[in-house]
Amino acid sequence: MTDHFLLLALFSLFVSVVFGVLLRDEPRDQARLGGLMFGAFLATAFVLGWLMYPLPL
Amino acid sequence: MILVSMATKSTTADRTSAAAEPAVLALVCLAAWLVPGAGHLWLGRKQKGLVFVVTLPLMFLTGIWLQGRIFPFELSEPLVALAAIANLGVGLTWFAAHALEIGRGVVTAASYEYGNTFMIVAGLLNFLVILDAFDIGMGRK
Repeated sequence: MTDHFLLLALFSLFVSVVFGVLLRDEPRDQARLGGLMFGAFLATAFVLGWLMYPLPL
Repeated sequence: MILVSMATKSTTADRTSAAAEPAVLALVCLAAWLVPGAGHLWLGRKQKGLVFVVTLPLMFLTGIWLQGRIFPFELSEPLVALAAIANLGVGLTWFAAHALEIGRGVVTAASYEYGNTFMIVAGLLNFLVILDAFDIGMGRK
């Protein structure tokens, strides 16, 4: 598997699930935190990817 | 409402009091290391334990599938040794991978570094899970 974005998404999913369950006690809160973290991972990757797009100058 | 709150606190105290003994607490941490999530299951946090039991070994095995490497304990190379400690954090899955001689890594594979990251982070996350089980056992959570 060489799709970097898919691997990033898979990694984000694992980490988000573990942190969501670890840091919250109620399933609803866990889902909310996990979803937020997952979205933040993907959004950060998109933003950093586009910021690096013109490099090397 | 107050009664419900008191009942919940009482239940939590009852649940963790058995693990308050240092020897039991050590066993909980050992179990949590060997089988990610086992410490939470032992302490009655079934939902959390089941998620960790499935997620962390699966993450480690995904790293192996991505042709990542189980790092050796080379003290002459500190970063490699640290990665080895992180790998070991996943417990029995690490021993099973060693016994089956998988996880040798393919440096030329496009997913090699991804695989390493999955395996290292799985072990490190389990260290956090062990600490969480320890806190629960101490009655802090």
